[in-house]
Amino acid sequence: MSEAELEGILESPWSGGVSPLAVNSKTLGMWLLIISDSLTFSALLISYAYVRLSTPNWPRPFDIWPEIAKSSVMTFVLLSSSLTMVLAATAARSGNVQKAVNFLLATITFGVAFVLIHATEWITLIHEGVTPWKNPWNKSAPLFGGAFFGLTGLHMVHVTIGVVYLAVICWGFNKRKWTAEHVEVSGLYWHFVDLVWMFIFPLLYLLNVTPK
Amino acid sequence: MHATLQLDQNHSKGNSKLFFTVWVWLLVITAAEIFLAYERIEVHLMITILLGLSLIKSALILAYFMHLRFERLGLFLMVVPVIVLCVCLMMIVFFPDSLRLTHLPQY
Repeated sequence: MSEAELEGILESPWSGGVSPLAVNSKTLGMWLLIISDSLTFSALLISYAYVRLSTPNWPRPFDIWPEIAKSSVMTFVLLSSSLTMVLAATAARSGNVQKAVNFLLATITFGVAFVLIHATEWITLIHEGVTPWKNPWNKSAPLFGGAFFGLTGLHMVHVTIGVVYLAVICWGFNKRKWTAEHVEVSGLYWHFVDLVWMFIFPLLYLLNVTPK
Repeated sequence: MHATLQLDQNHSKGNSKLFFTVWVWLLVITAAEIFLAYERIEVHLMITILLGLSLIKSALILAYFMHLRFERLGLFLMVVPVIVLCVCLMMIVFFPDSLRLTHLPQY
């Protein structure tokens, strides 16, 4: 190898000592979590598509009220929480701690609202007789409840974990314990939870609307 | 030092107005999806449109809210193609089988 070639390798961003992806390890770690988590949700969504396609007369029980109205409001709440989250990250980066904390608190409030509306919707369905292994509409499609509660349940767990995570970050950032980078990384997680809902909402709710 | 400077440059991208615009677009697409759910559209076409709109929404979230548009190309290449590949592999295996189940002979 000639000296010029060796020089070229040592100067490349992959030669070590620099950051070739231009992100810090926390951000990179969160991206890796997001990759694996998105594959988990993909597998669940595809298994839902599988049971749905292989089940004749899949029930389509959702009406405008309560399911579609509530899930639309939940979508609005989650999208708005993403906006306040990205504004919190921007404020944190520009060193405006109070503004960042306020936006983080708004995001947490939206997250809690999402979980509460979702919980009332679950309770309504459970009262109608939907469980993970049976539903009142079609006995030959026992996995309707399994698919619904499995997907929305895992997503709700993610939102709940996100709310706790953001609360901890908010507290730590307010105390000047942690940096703007912590806020940004928690933002990545929160936007991912929002992104997953962008698939659950049309596939699980809109495709199960009762035909007119 | 070199890397630190690059990080700072990355972080200066994006402003509140841009994020508001993205948020409005996300809401508009969501409203279109809800409207479509109540239209009489053939189910395959419906799934294609809904999934297409969802992909646009997730691209907007990834690009602007998650800053992927302002990051190095290497990070994008590390995150996105692997997910697309894995999802396609799962689909190749599972969809033909689930459709086969609906076409079993009736006894």
